[in-house]
Amino acid sequence: MLPSPESGSEIIVIGGGNAALCAAMSAAEAGARVQLLEAAPRPCRGGNSRHTRNFRCMHKAPNAVLTDVYGEEEYFDDLLKVTAGHTDERLAKLVIRASEGCYAWMQAHGVYFQPSLSGALSLARTNAFFLGGGTALLNAYYRKARALGVTILYEAEVSHLDVQEDKVRELVFTHEGRSRRISPRAVIAASGGFESNPGWLAEAWGPAAKNFITRGTAYNQGMVLKDLLDQGAQSVSDPAQCHAVAIDGRAPKFDGGIVTRLDCVPFSIVVNKNAARFYDEGEDVWPKRYAIWGRLVAAQPDQIAYAIIDSTSLELFMPSVFPPEKADTIEELAVKLGLPPQKLSQTVNAYNAACAPGRFHPSEMDGLATKGLTPPKSNWARALTTPPFYGYSLRTGITFTYLGLKVDEKARVQGANGAVENLWAAGEIMAGSILGQGYLAGIGMTIGTVFGRIAGQEAANYVR
Amino acid sequence: MSGDIMLETRRQIGICNACRYCEGYCSVFPSINLKRNISDADILNLANLCHNCRGCYYACQYIEPHEFALNLPKILAELRQKSWRDHVWPAAFSSIFHSGAMAAGGALIAGFALFIWQARMLRPESGEGFYAAISHAMLLALFLPAFMFALFSVAISLRRYWKSIGGGRISPGDFLFALRMAAGMRDLSGGHGQGCNYEDQDRYSNARRWFHQAAMYGFGLCFAATCAGTVLHYGFDLKAPYALTSLPKLLGISGGVLLCAGTLGLGWLKLKADRNLGAAALWGGEMAFVVLLFTVSLSGLALAAFAANGLTGFLLPLHLGAVLAFFLLVPYSKMIHGFYRFAALLHDAARSRSA
Ligand SMILES: Cc1cc2nc3c(=O)[nH]c(=O)nc-3n(C[C@H](O)[C@H](O)[C@H](O)COP(=O)(O)OP(=O)(O)OC[C@H]3O[C@@H](n4cnc5c(N)ncnc54)[C@H](O)[C@@H]3O)c2cc1C
Ligand code: SF4
Ligand code: SF4
Repeated sequence: MLPSPESGSEIIVIGGGNAALCAAMSAAEAGARVQLLEAAPRPCRGGNSRHTRNFRCMHKAPNAVLTDVYGEEEYFDDLLKVTAGHTDERLAKLVIRASEGCYAWMQAHGVYFQPSLSGALSLARTNAFFLGGGTALLNAYYRKARALGVTILYEAEVSHLDVQEDKVRELVFTHEGRSRRISPRAVIAASGGFESNPGWLAEAWGPAAKNFITRGTAYNQGMVLKDLLDQGAQSVSDPAQCHAVAIDGRAPKFDGGIVTRLDCVPFSIVVNKNAARFYDEGEDVWPKRYAIWGRLVAAQPDQIAYAIIDSTSLELFMPSVFPPEKADTIEELAVKLGLPPQKLSQTVNAYNAACAPGRFHPSEMDGLATKGLTPPKSNWARALTTPPFYGYSLRTGITFTYLGLKVDEKARVQGANGAVENLWAAGEIMAGSILGQGYLAGIGMTIGTVFGRIAGQEAANYVR
Repeated sequence: MSGDIMLETRRQIGICNACRYCEGYCSVFPSINLKRNISDADILNLANLCHNCRGCYYACQYIEPHEFALNLPKILAELRQKSWRDHVWPAAFSSIFHSGAMAAGGALIAGFALFIWQARMLRPESGEGFYAAISHAMLLALFLPAFMFALFSVAISLRRYWKSIGGGRISPGDFLFALRMAAGMRDLSGGHGQGCNYEDQDRYSNARRWFHQAAMYGFGLCFAATCAGTVLHYGFDLKAPYALTSLPKLLGISGGVLLCAGTLGLGWLKLKADRNLGAAALWGGEMAFVVLLFTVSLSGLALAAFAANGLTGFLLPLHLGAVLAFFLLVPYSKMIHGFYRFAALLHDAARSRSA
């Protein structure tokens, strides 16, 4: 028998990802009786968190997995750069400072770390990688939470929080096909964004959204977020802000995760379905440009693009899970990719003609640029002349959405008239405060861990 | 079906190569990432590098119901078993791998019967201790060929395997590296000494590693005891029975206790672990082998303990029967894994060095 949620739980945690588990463990450690409601079934538990690999961690000295130092100022500068200032400085600095202690806290809760993965060495100084990735991290957290007495209900989807006079009075969820109502003393919302909800994405992006792929879980429907916004909760960021990257067009609709990533853009030319180029593929090093290509592809007809390389570049980037289309001539490749062959061959010829000889250096901006081409390719511009030629299709892959709940530094959700007395939020559902736009690799898990811990402690203090 | 196993393994490690989250668990992942286009030979060796610790199963975000359906420990176990079958000599009996449980039981019973029979018929006129039940010459006549067969057969199997994986020259450094890995069972350490995910799903535990260590070193000590006995017998004309404080007894008893505890523990863990994360069809054969080793050690210990009580007549044939069965089954049973693993570690060390 599953434990009945009515059995005297004081705190309900909504969600089953990193933020939810950090909150649940912290609240239970502070002595509260906690019930966690996860919408997904057991095998799919853990939301987007199970696809993650690292968190961004401030540190004053090297440790077992992080090299050198990464201080508060630099961390904050990095955040300012990617968000173009769209960040709440107080909350951001709080997260950054607390990230330092998370490393030991996570280990104490069962997480193991590993040195930076081969192929991700550029993050060795800033990001601590979880051994086995986010799924292993969550396994450890679920075990620890159970040991701390947290009861866990899977396939329990929360649809409504009844907020009256700045207090959550009742919570409605479905479990095993039945609608249930409970009145917990405190609630922590850690149910993610709305990236899995095509209807809501379409409101923000228009019909283009139907061609988007969700890189993570299918269960982040944004139900709790919408419910609270409808009841007047204050919001941060906006519905069109999200982390979106260009991924392999053959990726599954949900949960493709990291393996559908394609890092070939800087070494390729990228064309739309009319075989026309549309953006400078070599604008900057890939980690800095990774996150703009989702939007670029979304703006193309049918939200699809194609990256074309020749055999000299095939081994310069991390392999993706799907093998590329391969052909001996550009025309043949075009046919395989469903592109107009003549047009593609014109585009390639024009590009090749604009390429000049020079030193090519794959891992730094080499200045090897096209001449007189629009749009230009500013680096790594080598003529595509060595068959076989390879092509990948690209689609927009949504990682997570930023529209979220406004919280204070105690993680309390801000309603129309100020803080809701017994409601806290952590993780994606409030990350937009810090990440108003852009993205800083590894900060999603940091925000969820820091705010999850705060929310858990605060909620426990409240019910004690 | 054999080609399918290789294809399926290739499919799965292609996904791992794009992911790499499990890099820190064991030698398999760094080996996968070593080259962009991994060959069938290299994949074959991955199978023997894998220790079935299952860390990469429970950590994987692509296990079923995900359409990528990752189950790396299982497919590698299947490929590993296949590699043993494909290279074994004489190949005619390779089906024993499949019917391992029956074969082990059968061999044990046959060996046992043989000894009872010969003990009755050929009891020596004189002799002390167990030489009262069986003559030394008889022992030698039975065990030397069995042992030589095992040795020879394993050597040929390994040679064939080495050829299949494209093994080349190894340096002393490679050898030391492989030795260190094997001696410490590093590939069962989970990367941080936290152990593997075996008997209780995703909980890390070193139980399997320690029981395996006990069995491995226990076996080694027992083998050393036999060698010591042989040296005393031929080199110094010192004949069994030996005193409790003699080298053969000391080695044999400590080895027997370790092997006994180790196999008992391994069998117990095996009962608790998820069968679908290994080569399920061969579960029975593997278990039978654990039981066989357990029988060898327990009967050996009993022999040492009860020799004075006149139970030798019963225990000795049981023990010797089990040992004989063990030697005859070495090339066709789970026992072979130790040799392949070591070869795999050697080859992997050489391969990473030259990469
Ligand atoms: C492929 C991929 C890789 C990523 N890699 C990284 C990385 O390496 N580092 C990093 O920092 N970030 C990474 N991210 C971002 C990161 O996943 C998120 O920022 C972080 O996991 C958010 O944690 P969370 O707990 O808020 O949300 P989630 O982990 O998504 O959890 C939300 C949970 O809420 C549940 N839920 C949703 N609605 C309801 C409901 N109505 N009722 C009950 N439960 C509900 C869901 O089932 C889920 O369990 C990655 C994201 C993706 C998709
Ligand atoms: S087993 Fe799964 S998580 Fe581990 S490397 Fe392979 S695909 Fe990635
Ligand atoms: S089961 Fe263990 S040893 Fe085998 S590949 Fe996976 S992590 Fe490595």
